[in-house]
Amino acid sequence: MAIEFTLNGEPQSHDVDPQMPLLWVIRDIAGLTGTKYGCGKALCGSCTVHVDGNPVRSCAFPVSAAAGMSVTTIEGLSANGDHPVQEAWRELNVPQCGYCQSGQIMTAAALLERNPNPSEAEIATAMSGNICRCGTYTRIRKAIYRAAGGES
Amino acid sequence: MSGFEKLSRREFLQTTGIASGGLVFAMTLGYPRSAAGASNVAPSVYVNIRDDDVVEIYCHRSEMGQGIRTSLPQVIADELEADWDRIELLQAPGDAKYGDQNTDGSTSIRKHFDLLRTAGASAREMLIAAAAMEWGMPAAELVARNHAIHHEASGRSAAYGDLVASAAELEVPEDVTFKDPADYRYIGKPMDLIDGVAMTTGAGIYGTDTVLPGMLYASVERCPVFGGTVKSVDDAKALKVAGVEQVVQMPDGTSPPGYNPLGGVAVLASNTWSAEQGRKALAIEWETGLNAEYDSASYRQQLVDTSHKEGKTVMNRGDVNAAFGTADRVIEADYYAPHLSHAPMEPPAASAMMHEDGSVEIWAATQDPQSIQGTVAALLGIDKTQVKINVTLLGGAFGRKSKADFSAEAAWLAKKTGKPVKVSWSREDDIRHGYYHTVSAQYLKGALDDEGNTTAWLHRSVFPSIGSTFSAEATGPANFELGLGMIDNPYAVPNMRLESGDAKAHVRIGWLRSVCNIYHAFAVCSFADELAHEAAADPRDYLLRLAGSPRKVNPADDGAEYSNYGQSLDVHPIDTARYAAVIRKVSDMAGWGRNLPDGHGLGISVHRSFLSTVGAVAEVRVDGEGKLHVEELWIAIDAGLVVNPDRVAAQMEGAGIFGMSLALHGEITAKDGVIEQGNYDTYPVIRMSEAPKAINVHIMDVDAPPGGVGEPGVPPVAPAIVNAYFAATGKRVRELPLKKAGLV
Repeated sequence: MAIEFTLNGEPQSHDVDPQMPLLWVIRDIAGLTGTKYGCGKALCGSCTVHVDGNPVRSCAFPVSAAAGMSVTTIEGLSANGDHPVQEAWRELNVPQCGYCQSGQIMTAAALLERNPNPSEAEIATAMSGNICRCGTYTRIRKAIYRAAGGES
Repeated sequence: MSGFEKLSRREFLQTTGIASGGLVFAMTLGYPRSAAGASNVAPSVYVNIRDDDVVEIYCHRSEMGQGIRTSLPQVIADELEADWDRIELLQAPGDAKYGDQNTDGSTSIRKHFDLLRTAGASAREMLIAAAAMEWGMPAAELVARNHAIHHEASGRSAAYGDLVASAAELEVPEDVTFKDPADYRYIGKPMDLIDGVAMTTGAGIYGTDTVLPGMLYASVERCPVFGGTVKSVDDAKALKVAGVEQVVQMPDGTSPPGYNPLGGVAVLASNTWSAEQGRKALAIEWETGLNAEYDSASYRQQLVDTSHKEGKTVMNRGDVNAAFGTADRVIEADYYAPHLSHAPMEPPAASAMMHEDGSVEIWAATQDPQSIQGTVAALLGIDKTQVKINVTLLGGAFGRKSKADFSAEAAWLAKKTGKPVKVSWSREDDIRHGYYHTVSAQYLKGALDDEGNTTAWLHRSVFPSIGSTFSAEATGPANFELGLGMIDNPYAVPNMRLESGDAKAHVRIGWLRSVCNIYHAFAVCSFADELAHEAAADPRDYLLRLAGSPRKVNPADDGAEYSNYGQSLDVHPIDTARYAAVIRKVSDMAGWGRNLPDGHGLGISVHRSFLSTVGAVAEVRVDGEGKLHVEELWIAIDAGLVVNPDRVAAQMEGAGIFGMSLALHGEITAKDGVIEQGNYDTYPVIRMSEAPKAINVHIMDVDAPPGGVGEPGVPPVAPAIVNAYFAATGKRVRELPLKKAGLV
C-alpha cells in the first residue's frame, strides 16, 4: 500500500517496504540527495530532516511513520538557500567537507524555531546528536548565535 | 619573498616534478589552441579562457574539507589577475596530464604553489602578448589588471575574453614572471568558500550522491577477518527480498592487499535499503585464514616486548649508553597508541558504468583518481586510458579515500552486471574493513645531568608498517615512517639514538591524517614534559631549552636517512628558531603561567610535520569524578606563506577536534581477527558537548615558502592534553585513548 506524505511541499506516494527508513525514500526514491547517510542508527545526525517541524533522524525513522506528515529536507528549508541559519553558516564559512552540514543546519534551524535565543548549554544539548568529523563545532556554535541575532 | 621572481620553463618542470619536458605547456584541454577565430584559449591544463570572458580553472586536487577548491583558484586567479566573479571552477577528472593528483601528505599548496602560480602567470603573459600583437605595442608597456589588459599611457584596454582569438595564435611563454607578493589580491586573503552555497543547501554532490540511469545499488558483505575468503554462500533468501535483483560473489582479495577489493558477496538492488536487507539475508560460510588469531590485547604485549629490546639504529648522535652511565638521573617511559579508523562522515562510496567501447567511467569520492585508474585497469584487464574518473566532493577522507578499493568494487560490479552500479559502504563496513592507522609501542629513556639538562635520549618505535599493505616483506617500520616525527627530532640533546623494531601486520594498514606523527609526537612531546618535571623546570621553558640555540637540524649529520616530506631542507629547514618562536607565541596566547582554578591544568606541545610547525596549549579541567574536560585550546602554526588564512584557521580548529577524538576516544581493537568496533557508539568521536569553548588560532607571519596545513595541526593536540592532565593532577598517562584510564 502506498505511503503518502509531503516532501518540501510536494505530495508523495510511494509503494515501498513500510520499514524502509525515510532517508532512503528521500534519497533513492524521491531523488533528493542533500540529506546524508552517516551511521544508519541515529548516532550522527547527518540525515536530519524536519517531520512536521520536528528534527528527526531519517535513517532510523520508518517511512510509514511519516504517513500524512510534512517532511522538510535541506533542499526545502528555504526558497533560495537564505534561511538565517544558512546565511550565518556562509558568513562564518562553517563547512569544511560539508557532508554533515545539511544535518547540522536542519538541527540548528529546528532549535532556533523553538528556542530563538539558546544558551551555550542549550546549543550543546541540541547539537550533540550531530557529529562533524572535520570538527567545525566552534564555528557552528558561533553561527547559531549569529542566526539568533546575537553576537558571534 | 622579494620582488619579481623568474622561473624558467626548465625550473618550472623541475619544481613541479613533471618529468617529461614540454608536457605541461603542450597539453590543452582538448580545444584547438591555434585555430583562427578560436573561442577559447587554454594556456595550460589548469586554465581555459573563454571568449565570453569566463576563466575556467581546473582543480586537479580533491576537496575533502581542507578548502582546496577555494585556495587553488586563489593562486591561479591571482597570478592571472582574474576577477574572482568571472572564474568558473571545474573539478579535473583523473588524468596524468594534470601531474600529481594524489591529495595526501598536505601537498596541495606546499608542492604545487609554483605550478599554480605558473599556470596563472603563463596565461596572463599570453594575454599581454595577444594585446601587444593586436595593438602593435611593446608588451612591456602593457599590464594585466582585473580581468583586462591595459595600456596605461593611452588608456586602451581589452577584456580577457576579447583577446582569446589572438592569444590562441601564440605560443605559451616559456619563462614567466611572478607577481610581486605585495600586489597579491587573493593569496593571503580569507576568501569565502567557493562551495559555501552548495554545502549549505544540499546541492553539493559527494561520492554517495551519484545517480546513473538504471543504476543498481550494491552492498557488499566482506569477510569479518582480514584476508578471509568465501567458502560457500546461500543467496536464496536474499534474492527473495523485495527490490533485490542480483547476488554476485566478488573476486577474492589479494595478498598483499594493495588497493584491491577485499572480496565477499555483493547484493545488488533497486535501492540502498533493499540491498542492505538482502545482504542481511545471505548465509555465508567463510574461510577466515591466518589473521583469525589476531588479538590486539596479546599483540600489544609483543610490541612492548620488542620495544624493550635493542632495535635497528636509524640515527645516532654521541653515545647514549655512556651518557646514561654518567647521568645524574635516568627516566624511562612506555607509550602505547592503538589502531584508529578514519571514520569520515561519508563512508566510502563510488559509482561506475561501462561504455560500449569497453571503457569504464567512475564517479568517486577519491583523494587519488590516478590510482583508481591503475587499480581498475589491472582488475578489468583494460588500459588506464579506458578508465575515466570523475572526482566528486569528498565527505571527509583523512587518508581513507586515497585507496581505490571501493571504486574498484563498483567498476568490477558494473562490468560483471552490465549495469551502472553504486557501491555504498555502511558505517560498519567502514569501521570494520578499513586501512587502519597503525598500532604502536614506543620506549623512551632519557638522562639528566645535575643541572637538569637532558644529556641522552633513546627512542624506540615499534609498529606494523603501511608498507605491509603493498609488500609481504614489509615487516617493520619503513624509513619514511620514522621520518614522520621521530628522525626529525629537533632537540639539542648531545647523545641521541633512535631505533625501530619490527612488527607484523594483521589488518590493512593505511595512513591517517598526519600518519606516524600522531604517535611519535605523543611520545616525544609527552617525554619532553616528563623530563621537564624531572628537572623541576617549567615545561614551556624546558621546551625552549630542548630546542637549544637557533640552528638548522639535518638528521643526515647523525647518519639518518631523512626525506623531509620530499622537499629540500635548504628550502624547508628544521629551524629551531622558528620552532622556539612557536613555543613562545602559543604559550603567550594561552597566558602561560597564569593562576588557574582548582582542577585545571595547562599543557604545551610543539611538533613539526609536513614542513610546518604547530604548537598547541590545552587547558583541561578535571572534575570531582576524575573526568577530564578540554576547556580551551590555543594553536599557533608556522606554515610559511599561507594562501587562505581562514582555511588555515579552520584546519587548525578541525585538527584540534580530530586530535581530541583520538586522544580521548579513538581505539580500534581486534578479537579473533574481528574488529570489535562498528559505529559511532563503539568508535566515538568528539561531539559538540565535548568541544572546547574556544579553539584560538594564530598564524605566524613568516617569510618562507608554504608548508603543509591539513595534517600538521593534529600531532601536538594529544600530548598537550596529556601534559595538561599531568599539570592538573600530577598523574602521567602514557596510553591513548584517555578513556582507557577512565578519564572520559
